[in-house]
Amino acid sequence: MTTLQRKGPSLDFKNGRVDLTHGGGGRAMAQLVEELFIECFDNDALRQRNDQACLAVEAGRVVMTTDGYVISPLFFPGGDIGSLSVHGTINDVAMAGAVPLALSASFIIEEGLPLADLKRIVISMAAASKAAGVPVVTGDTKVVEKGKGDGLFIATTGIGQVPEGVRISGDLARPGDAILISGTMGDHGVAVMSLRESLGFETTLHSDSAALHGLVADMVAAVPAIHCLRDPTRGGLASTLNELASQSGVGMRIREADIPIRQEVRGACELLGLDPLYVANEGKLIAIVPGETAERLLSVMRSHPLGKDSAIIGTVVEDSHHFVQMETSFGGNRVVDWLAGEQLPRIC
Amino acid sequence: MKYIDEFRDGHLARKIAATIGAEASSDRSYSLMEFCGGHTHAISRYGIEDLLPANVRMIHGPGCPVCVLPIGRVDDAIGIARRPDVILCIYGDLLRVPGSNRLSLMKVKAEGADVRMVYSAADSLVVARENPGKQVVFFAIGFETTTPPTALVIQQAKAMGLANYSVFSNHVLTPSAIATILESPEVSRLGTVPLDGFIGPAHVSTVIGSRPYEPFAETYRKPVVIAGFEPLDVLQAILMLVRQLNDGRAEVENEFSRAVTRDGNLKAQAIVADVFELRPTFEWRGLGYVDNSALAIREAYADFDAERRFSIETRSVPDNRACECGTILRGLKKPADCKLFGTVCTPESPMGSCMVSAEGACAAHWTYGRFRQAS
Repeated sequence: MTTLQRKGPSLDFKNGRVDLTHGGGGRAMAQLVEELFIECFDNDALRQRNDQACLAVEAGRVVMTTDGYVISPLFFPGGDIGSLSVHGTINDVAMAGAVPLALSASFIIEEGLPLADLKRIVISMAAASKAAGVPVVTGDTKVVEKGKGDGLFIATTGIGQVPEGVRISGDLARPGDAILISGTMGDHGVAVMSLRESLGFETTLHSDSAALHGLVADMVAAVPAIHCLRDPTRGGLASTLNELASQSGVGMRIREADIPIRQEVRGACELLGLDPLYVANEGKLIAIVPGETAERLLSVMRSHPLGKDSAIIGTVVEDSHHFVQMETSFGGNRVVDWLAGEQLPRIC
Repeated sequence: MKYIDEFRDGHLARKIAATIGAEASSDRSYSLMEFCGGHTHAISRYGIEDLLPANVRMIHGPGCPVCVLPIGRVDDAIGIARRPDVILCIYGDLLRVPGSNRLSLMKVKAEGADVRMVYSAADSLVVARENPGKQVVFFAIGFETTTPPTALVIQQAKAMGLANYSVFSNHVLTPSAIATILESPEVSRLGTVPLDGFIGPAHVSTVIGSRPYEPFAETYRKPVVIAGFEPLDVLQAILMLVRQLNDGRAEVENEFSRAVTRDGNLKAQAIVADVFELRPTFEWRGLGYVDNSALAIREAYADFDAERRFSIETRSVPDNRACECGTILRGLKKPADCKLFGTVCTPESPMGSCMVSAEGACAAHWTYGRFRQAS
């Protein structure tokens, strides 16, 4: 029997570009979904080709998070918008101490984006998802007219299961708790900024973009009493600590000398007049734990590849003003404030 | 970072601080003004005040170009930016400076004006070359440090025959501002503002040298120590000022000898002299009109002068009545003395210019030092 389904040529991933038909809901879109998304993200739920994914979850608590990725440029040393959109959302799930189960991905593509770029991004995204063991189970594609997007925006949503007995939340920091970070600060932001034409500096630095759920699983197993976890992305360490201090109604005192920062990051920040404490990270976390568990947690974190530069950087204190204060390496004290305004282009 | 960390060494800092503590006489006080915003920022960021004895007090001076920019000039820039044929290139911290009617360049940018952040004057020249169909205007601002690069791009624009490029000059001069402070009645006659000595500018002095400060030491009997912007530079300069005051000396000393000479950078001075001339008078926020305190573009480069090209006539606009920027810039009040400080005026939504730039006295105190007020 001959098929009456007309089958045209395959997508031209070498020289082709995304056009409005790829988001139009017709055959061109179906072809893009088949030849790119299902091909790369391949998993049972996606192969059902339904408008939703059906997942079996165990009894208990489930967390859900969503994040939009609008980074410019799309490709940067150490990653791209695709891997970032997987890591970032997995990390937001993991910061509840949860085990990430699945992701959704929504692509908003600007007309004219080279199909080769899109393919490279989707392959990278699929690789990140596979490496993390968290499948992309459902998705959506829209194409906007030229000039109405910036190449590509990706929104991912993630769900995860919280292990029994784990209760991690930004409002649980208590005076006497220790503040830990899982490594060097500012790598991602500086790596991305180095590509900006207007800044014109070169660096061998790579983004730290990484999925942290493995590290978190080790941490939660060793110290189930962790109070807060958060990844210091936009706004950097300084803004994230301020968020936690205000959410928990406490103050914090940190020590500048104990915060690990790479020489390259410090150098770039020095030249650009930035403070590395405000520069974004995409593969680091802050943990706030009861003081007596800090050393044990530190050693667990340091034995994980993504936490080898972990450090205890300060303590939570009582303070009705919710100030984050820092003892400077120089010997004085100062407030570490929220980031005021946004002087820099998009970095996540 | 080699060659920078050496100037931020906490152990050395404590040693110098201990020497200051030992040498500062307990039966007098030392009121020292750091002129530059760069020093204000270093003092706040590194917590230097925590290392000083209670009788050594730092007064933040007016050396922050964004802070002394009068509202009228911000309004002028907003007017230029709103012209449909214009791309206005600015340094990032100008974006949020409030003009009249709570407008700012950031707000007119959101309304559709083409306002672009640049990192150097040279970048604005690139924008002009890439946009021949637009009038590209560079908002030039700063003390003597940023003036030579502006002069250079004007020379280059002339050599290239760029017809679509001009510069809105807001360059101001350090020595005339210091003289104005010393001449103010509060300092010179009434004595209501004790001012015993100055930490002299770092980068400005690399250009103009240490010689222009000599009259302050000779005529006004105020010691000046030129210092770098690193925290150890500042501490060392404070120690040198304490020693001069203890000895009854009033000299210009140079702590920043690794970069500053007596004559400064003669080549840069020559480029500036070729392009710029003194304005008879110019308005400073906080200081009012100061004679011979700012630079205008010379007739020979008139084609590149945005004031001529767009027929700019600056109006003088008074500050918000409750805003104390003016008195803070003259050292009469501290940021926390202002009713607006931290209430309606914060770095997120600045009312006064001292809250805008990271180098402004209010922004530095709010961002780094406000815990002192709470305790």
